[in-house]
Amino acid sequence: MSLAPPTPTHAPPAGRKLPNRLNGRSARVLKSWEVLLAVIAVAIFFANTWASPYFLDPWNLSDATFNFTEKAMIAFAMALLIISGEIDLSVAGIIALASTAMGWAVQYGAGTGELVAIGVGVGAICGAFNGVLVTRFGLPSIVVTIGTMSLFRGISYIVLGDQAFNGYPESFAFFGRGYVFWVISFELVLFAVFALIYALVLHGTNFGRHIYAIGNNPTAATFSGIRVERVKMALFLLTGLMSGIAAVCLTARLGSTRPSIAFGWELEIVTMVVLGGVSILGGAGSILGVVIAALIMGMVTFGLGLLNVPGIVMSIFIGGLLIGVIALPRMVQLLRKGRLT
Amino acid sequence: MSISRRILMMTSLMAGAAFMAGPVAAQDPVRIAIVAKSLGNGFFEAAARGAEEAAKEVGNAEIIYTGPTSTTAEGQIEVINSLIAQRVDAIAISANDPDAVVPALKKAMQRGITVVSWDSGVAPEGREMHLAPSSDALIGQTIIKLAADHLPEGGKVAVLSATSTSTNQNIWIAEMKKVMDQYPDIELVATVYGDDLADKSYRETQGLLQSYPDLDAIIAPTSVGIVAAAQAVQDAGKAGQVNVTGIGLPSEMAGAVENGVSQSFAIWNPVDLGYATTMLAYNLATDQATAEPGAEIAMGRLGTATLDDDNQAAMSEPFTYDASNIEEFKDIF
Repeated sequence: MSLAPPTPTHAPPAGRKLPNRLNGRSARVLKSWEVLLAVIAVAIFFANTWASPYFLDPWNLSDATFNFTEKAMIAFAMALLIISGEIDLSVAGIIALASTAMGWAVQYGAGTGELVAIGVGVGAICGAFNGVLVTRFGLPSIVVTIGTMSLFRGISYIVLGDQAFNGYPESFAFFGRGYVFWVISFELVLFAVFALIYALVLHGTNFGRHIYAIGNNPTAATFSGIRVERVKMALFLLTGLMSGIAAVCLTARLGSTRPSIAFGWELEIVTMVVLGGVSILGGAGSILGVVIAALIMGMVTFGLGLLNVPGIVMSIFIGGLLIGVIALPRMVQLLRKGRLT
Repeated sequence: MSISRRILMMTSLMAGAAFMAGPVAAQDPVRIAIVAKSLGNGFFEAAARGAEEAAKEVGNAEIIYTGPTSTTAEGQIEVINSLIAQRVDAIAISANDPDAVVPALKKAMQRGITVVSWDSGVAPEGREMHLAPSSDALIGQTIIKLAADHLPEGGKVAVLSATSTSTNQNIWIAEMKKVMDQYPDIELVATVYGDDLADKSYRETQGLLQSYPDLDAIIAPTSVGIVAAAQAVQDAGKAGQVNVTGIGLPSEMAGAVENGVSQSFAIWNPVDLGYATTMLAYNLATDQATAEPGAEIAMGRLGTATLDDDNQAAMSEPFTYDASNIEEFKDIF
């Protein structure tokens, strides 16, 4: 592992690529974070292979990817939002509302194209609603989105009660159950494509640099000429949009909508982002980390499922993993400084 | 694409079969997965106990009791996928959504897994058969019998139902009326509607007690109504005089039974339901029976299940709870 001892810091040579954080050491810690995650992922992979004879089977692994693909799509946008210093806890509520809107449209004979447009559109509108409340009215995002979390899902409950919407068209099912090639599902391809897009946006564009700048110091970012509110608005819109896309995939996979759809996903998504090394205080993180964290969570869920471990124990395991992975680098850091003996 | 996928699935199945053939002996236990709506629910824990009882009885069966942490369809699909991956022999599920779990269960059946639903059913294309805890006719017959058993010399009974448009309750009351001629000394004096609201059911019961001072029993085929009726009878000081019976939950009715307001009431027994489901799944998975309309499949100590045109069967008449067994069940559900 590359938790290497710190080399003496010199002024970076001219023309060097700008790090994601101006502090050289944390950039290195971040790098080693992904290595640490990758090592854990490989360890879990081998542990699963050893623990269950059923793990290493292409179709089984393919089925297991559905455990994380939809959540991870939202986690990418959530990562950007958290790096900028905000959070959106209403994402699962947005899924419920977008799915309900699609189910409602089906009752009036909407086709596959319209359904996708409605799902993504409702997601984007919900995201914009969060964005306006946070940026225009200056409200804290954690409070706003706890409110809209109940609001969006509440509307679904009012519309549906204990009923369900179904009767989705055959062709719509492709978004949740389709396979592009052999065991590679449409959702897995979508996951990979979004991972690439988000990595490029965050690590390779001005927009991405602005997100880091805002997360590190919004005041400094404002004085540097970054339109902080506009960037944040775009990120909320993006998170809503991704929730809408995830709603399309999940609804297509289930073929029915109940108000309890995606219940509790917001915390799993935030866990995925934080496990991926994104600082919950903002300003640091990478898409690669989130991708590995998604794989880890998917494999842990599937591996423990193969051993018929109850879901509550799985939550404990994920929670322990999260605390462990976050505490470990910090402990190493403290040890090195000699504060902890 | 779908054809190539099917071919690949076939080859992977064959590879799987070849892999299984080596170490697997004929004595390997039949692995039956009991999938609950969610874990940590007393009703399903009790059903799992019944499943274990059945597994012990048949000898070479192993129960995997599992389910999601919250009652969502996507949680159950994850559970089903991991069961398919483990190549269990049978999946018996109480579904959170009759349609959403169908694709996953279809995949299980394609891979040779026996799929049955119980308690809360799955759409017909997603399972081989469904075991309902009871049938409308059996419930109707039971509720009048509960009242009549404690009125050997006959008497006056009234029905406190849910709403006047509640499908279930209306069917049960109609079924009850069909068998009323078996009890010539029992007179049905009134049917009132408490709308499944505690306060309205309470007031309707008070009205019954005033209109018919010589009333002997109140039949409430609703778990909300029966509790409210018991409370109203007790508050009117008529415990022991007016027997409150019908369909209710042991946890909510324990007090009424202890006070003597209710001699007995009925609802399905989750232990029996888990037992019967396991027996059916075992018989189907070991090819001792085939799920088809009209088939009669053995359920061990509970007799046989007869499948209707939709491959559905009813387990038995609702189970009667009284002072002798309420203590045991009141903590379960």
